[in-house]
Amino acid sequence: MTSHHHHPEAEIALRVKAIESLLVEKGIVDPETLDTIIDTYEHQVGPHIGAQIVAKAWVDADFKARLLADGTRAISELGLTGFSSEHMVVVENTPEVHNLIVCTLCSCYPWAILGLPPTWYKSFAYRSRVVIEPRKVLQEFGLEIPSHVEVRVWDSNADLRYLVLPERPADTEDMSEAELASLVTRNAMIGTANVHPPTLLTQPAAQEVSP
Amino acid sequence: MNGPHDMGGMHGMGPIPIEENEPVFHSEWEAKVFAMSFATFINYFPVDETRHASERMPPGDYLSSSYYERWLYALELLLTEHHLVTPAEIEARIVELAQSES
Repeated sequence: MTSHHHHPEAEIALRVKAIESLLVEKGIVDPETLDTIIDTYEHQVGPHIGAQIVAKAWVDADFKARLLADGTRAISELGLTGFSSEHMVVVENTPEVHNLIVCTLCSCYPWAILGLPPTWYKSFAYRSRVVIEPRKVLQEFGLEIPSHVEVRVWDSNADLRYLVLPERPADTEDMSEAELASLVTRNAMIGTANVHPPTLLTQPAAQEVSP
Repeated sequence: MNGPHDMGGMHGMGPIPIEENEPVFHSEWEAKVFAMSFATFINYFPVDETRHASERMPPGDYLSSSYYERWLYALELLLTEHHLVTPAEIEARIVELAQSES
């Protein structure tokens, strides 16, 4: 993050260790539970879950209609509902509309469907700017939205979380649902990227390679 | 409540800090703060109270802290407000651990 830190990392780490040892000693938290929580969010939950929902919507028009009508219910049909994703609204990108998700107040995000949010999503810059200059913000992600396309920004809150249903890329008619899911990135489901057809994925993405 | 967390439309926050191949947690302490918060806000206080606690951070501190520093502030505030741990116990344990590590 761009913010400076009052406290050096070592000081914070020590403080956290002290709190952890007190909580464990008092039986308030169980060390194994802490490990399980960390493992869950580092290894089990992540954008691959959202990608399944998107791919299903691309191949199954009835599911897509249910998903857009009542995201919460359609996602629970797939058994993919979970903590911090209890109430979901899914917004569809089309040739006319590009959707973008933010949480200006904190960093509300559908954890069960996308995992924990990236630092940029939690940054003051994203939270403050995306509601006044979304096109400029998207340019920083290398995404140029043509002026005839409307940009809609959705501000999440504690109880309601959004997911973008990106446009299915061209020339993917022969791909299976699982293959389609592998094309869908986290940023595409937040709205800071589009989904690229597989031919583009095999080429190096020049703007993404750091010098 | 009006506060620094109400950030929509605020100016001057600079470019978006995009990090390629970002890890879920950037350090062990971040992971531990997340896990301790998760474990306690399920059993001792609701998640909404955690959010409110981080919004009660003094504005200057809020704006100069990282995401998980704000979580740590909220965790400590709630642990002490709910009388699960006292501030004195935390400070004493920090001293103890620092001594045993040096």
